Amino acid sequence: MSAGVQVIAAPGDIPAPHIEYGQLAPMLIVFGVAVVGVLVEAFVGRSWRYRVQVPLAFAGLLAALVWTLVLGLSEKPFHVAAMGAIGVDAPTLFLQGTILVLALVGLLLIAERSAAHFAAQASALPGSEAEQAGAAAGIRQTELFPLMMFAVGGMLLFPAANDLLTMFVALEVLSLPLYLLCGLARRRRLLSQEAAVKYFLLGAFSSAFFLYGTALLYGFAGSVRLSDIAEQAGQGAGGEPLLLGGIALLSVGLLFKLGAAPFHMWKPDVYQGAPTPITALMASTTLVAAFGAMLRVYYVGFETLRWDWRPTMWGVAILTMLVGAVIAVTQTDVKRLLAYSSIAHAGFLLTGLVATSREGLSGSLFYLAAYGFTTLGAFAVVTMVRDPGGEAAHLSRWAGLGKRSPLLAGAFAFFLLAMAGIPLTSGFTGKFAVFSAAVDGGATPLVIVGVLASAIAAFFYVRVIVVMFFSEPDADGPAVVVSPTTATAVAVGLAVTVVLGVLPQPVLDLAGEAAAQMFVR
Amino acid sequence: MNDFPWLSVLIAVPAVGALLVALLPRGKDELAKRVALGLSSLVAVLAFVMAAGFETGGARHQFEETYDWIPAFGVHWALGVDGVALTLILMSVVLVPLVMLASWNDAERYGGVVAEGERAPARSVKGYFALILALEAMMVGVFAATDVFLFYVFFEAMLVPVYFLIGHYGGPQRSYAAVKFLLYSLLGGLLMLVAVIALYVQGPNTFLMSELGDLDLDPTVAKWLFLGFFVAFAIKAPMVPLHTWLPDAAGQAPAGALVLIVGVLDKVGTYGMMRFCLELFPEASKWATPVVVTFAVISVIYGAILAIGQVDLKRLVAYTSISHFGFIVLGIFAMTSQGQAGAALYMVNHGFATGALFLVVGFLIVRRGSARVDAFGGVQKVAPLLAGAFLISGLAGLSLPGLAPFVSEFLVIIGTFARYEAAAVFAALGIVLAAIYILWMYQRTMNGPTAEAVAGFKDLSRRELVVIAPILAVIVALGFFPKPALDVIDPSVQQTLSRVQMSDPTTTVAEKGARP
Repeated sequence: MSAGVQVIAAPGDIPAPHIEYGQLAPMLIVFGVAVVGVLVEAFVGRSWRYRVQVPLAFAGLLAALVWTLVLGLSEKPFHVAAMGAIGVDAPTLFLQGTILVLALVGLLLIAERSAAHFAAQASALPGSEAEQAGAAAGIRQTELFPLMMFAVGGMLLFPAANDLLTMFVALEVLSLPLYLLCGLARRRRLLSQEAAVKYFLLGAFSSAFFLYGTALLYGFAGSVRLSDIAEQAGQGAGGEPLLLGGIALLSVGLLFKLGAAPFHMWKPDVYQGAPTPITALMASTTLVAAFGAMLRVYYVGFETLRWDWRPTMWGVAILTMLVGAVIAVTQTDVKRLLAYSSIAHAGFLLTGLVATSREGLSGSLFYLAAYGFTTLGAFAVVTMVRDPGGEAAHLSRWAGLGKRSPLLAGAFAFFLLAMAGIPLTSGFTGKFAVFSAAVDGGATPLVIVGVLASAIAAFFYVRVIVVMFFSEPDADGPAVVVSPTTATAVAVGLAVTVVLGVLPQPVLDLAGEAAAQMFVR
Repeated sequence: MNDFPWLSVLIAVPAVGALLVALLPRGKDELAKRVALGLSSLVAVLAFVMAAGFETGGARHQFEETYDWIPAFGVHWALGVDGVALTLILMSVVLVPLVMLASWNDAERYGGVVAEGERAPARSVKGYFALILALEAMMVGVFAATDVFLFYVFFEAMLVPVYFLIGHYGGPQRSYAAVKFLLYSLLGGLLMLVAVIALYVQGPNTFLMSELGDLDLDPTVAKWLFLGFFVAFAIKAPMVPLHTWLPDAAGQAPAGALVLIVGVLDKVGTYGMMRFCLELFPEASKWATPVVVTFAVISVIYGAILAIGQVDLKRLVAYTSISHFGFIVLGIFAMTSQGQAGAALYMVNHGFATGALFLVVGFLIVRRGSARVDAFGGVQKVAPLLAGAFLISGLAGLSLPGLAPFVSEFLVIIGTFARYEAAAVFAALGIVLAAIYILWMYQRTMNGPTAEAVAGFKDLSRRELVVIAPILAVIVALGFFPKPALDVIDPSVQQTLSRVQMSDPTTTVAEKGARP
């Protein structure tokens, strides 16, 4: 790397990096489809765009998924790719596969035609004539799809990034499209735009923390590669303040993306304001990507330093579980409630991280897959309950839903029970996996806090069930709009939640094998 | 022993039946009821056919099945019954069809008590029967599980149908009662989960009872784990001071569901103490005995005193149960063979006696539309059969000699006296108090001048007779001839005691003399 510094480099002097295209193909496919999607926006007639974009996005995600599976099955000894910038290994492939399947299901929600979740023209001011004209002309937002593809591409790269700069690039690539997507809600546009601005400002702030942390770590280790940092830290090479400061700042950036307390403030606002299909995507795929990246950073980069960061992570995990569970009790909006539930679940996941063992890793991987589908299904249900003015997200509007639409309410109740961790649902299996790893790792007090938080959390899940089933429906209650694509998303979420609760062994095996092979360095 | 998977079938039939009934089209209520009743009767028949093959004095656990379920956690689908579990399963499967028959006409109309002038909203009939079938599957599962994890799964999953039975089919305060029930149980269950996880981490990475038995735990750890299990069971059982959910649930739940909640589900608590607390943590159990015995005696007396003061029939019966559960816990932790055999028998007898009491109370509530004691009066003159059934089940509740609970209560007290004299003396006070609450309740509702609203009461219908007569017959039969049940129970009690390494005190009363 330092070879070309002395003279002005002639073109031949910079060695062309060796890129393993085959191993990076899933990411490249998704990014490629995103670029093609932009071109479609530019060159295909407006009436055709939707019909081109949706199959394109589906095909892209599916191809990436198939390729990921092939990579996973080929069982070569895994190693780093792209000159050490990207790790293609079993846990990463597990995470990427999870992200891709979740994105496919999320795409079903975003591609929903009948609902019109998204503003026709994001640039038109809310309430302006331009907006009305756009709506009257039947303009449909289709930039969503390339934006979503970029975000998914970033999410695939985020947990795979083996050096901190690549990770930072991935963080930005996944975040920027999401900031935009958050502001695109058709109803309550001001709330949506406020959410987008909040998310952007806070996200940019946390990115700065991440970058600063990277800089400090570079200062310590002379490299941004995780394995180099681990090596230097293992040698006790001095420069402790740089190292610990770097870890702290980097953690802030990562914990922000995860939505762990005390960096969780954005989550309820953004989840509430964003169009619900985007919320579903963020709550599932982004969480998987962000936690996947955390797993890699802490298992590869900072593993030798676990006595330094574990106490802090204990505190963060306890705070996150309690804050998520306790504040959720007071919520009256279904989307905000699910947002706080997602915060609490981030805390449960962190107990798996604190375990720092192979069991902890496999438990976390399983938990991510299980929770991703449950939360995606839950948000899909939210999109189906509608008032004339949009989604009926206020809890009181859900009164008596169990009488009006027993199947849908039953599905939602099942998702809530899964989040509460009742046996025979995926939520229980996941909790058992991470908690048992944590107890094994000597974090029993953390687990006790975890189950107490679960009990508090159960209270508000149950409250929603009470409202849906035990109270009488309003005469002018919300309508349940069933469309095939959304119903499919709910069905997939439900099926995965049941299967991972009743017969979790195959996925546990998969996660266990992935964890046994560990992240490459 | 044949290899037919009896226990799995006993779980699968009602579980599949619950799905089937739930998926029937709307408006097919009559069909739903018949399917549910038919299936639960089939389960009862199957259970008795299975029980006929049970060898007393044979292997500890019989009808065993073990399949890998989640190898990653060392979890097995492991079922098997010993004498105690077998009698409890038989009790459950007998009660379920009777409960269905008892709620035949009123599942949708009365979720218990409806306030004056308020029309009870119509509720799904097939839902009620589907929930009861689902509950039956889990009841069999929870008693038959020989894998701690599997037990925990049934233990927790059972909450969901009960929650809906209370919350959906209960009285005016149903959702409060349902949520209170769920949160209490869930908190207990989650504490138990920590203990289950810790057991897994400490032990040989398996949950099979047969392999966990030889676990050599650090005493301090064992005490904590014991507490995790015990608190969950004490909430379930319910023991003072963790009992407050029961009267609320009882006040709101429909009478039919109450039979299963108090008669069967709460037994999971005492069964769990016997099976898991004592066998997994024998030393810790001995360590905790003084405190547990104290609280058991408090439960006996406190429950009885509060029962005297109740004005709501269902709450009254619920408090009597708290008193009776005190006896059961006392018998278990006395750690004598008579005490434990008495406790195990009491679980069965209490299921039938309290079940009968709740059913008769349910009949009264359907007729009157109120559960208040002062809403009745002089029922005996208009409905003598109903009053008679009430009297017999009430007398069973106060342990009249000749009726089943007497035998078990007597054994418990004798067994306790051999080791904790003071506790036995105080617990015996509960019998005196029982006479007060039962007879006073009977007097106020059945005797005296016939109240105006009661005058139009019809006597027991044929359906109601079919429901209550078999239970009363069982109570009388077990009262005079408890030997078959005791023969089945005794060997497994002995095994539990040998796990705890306790033998009867030498001054014990001769065993045969303890039985009438």
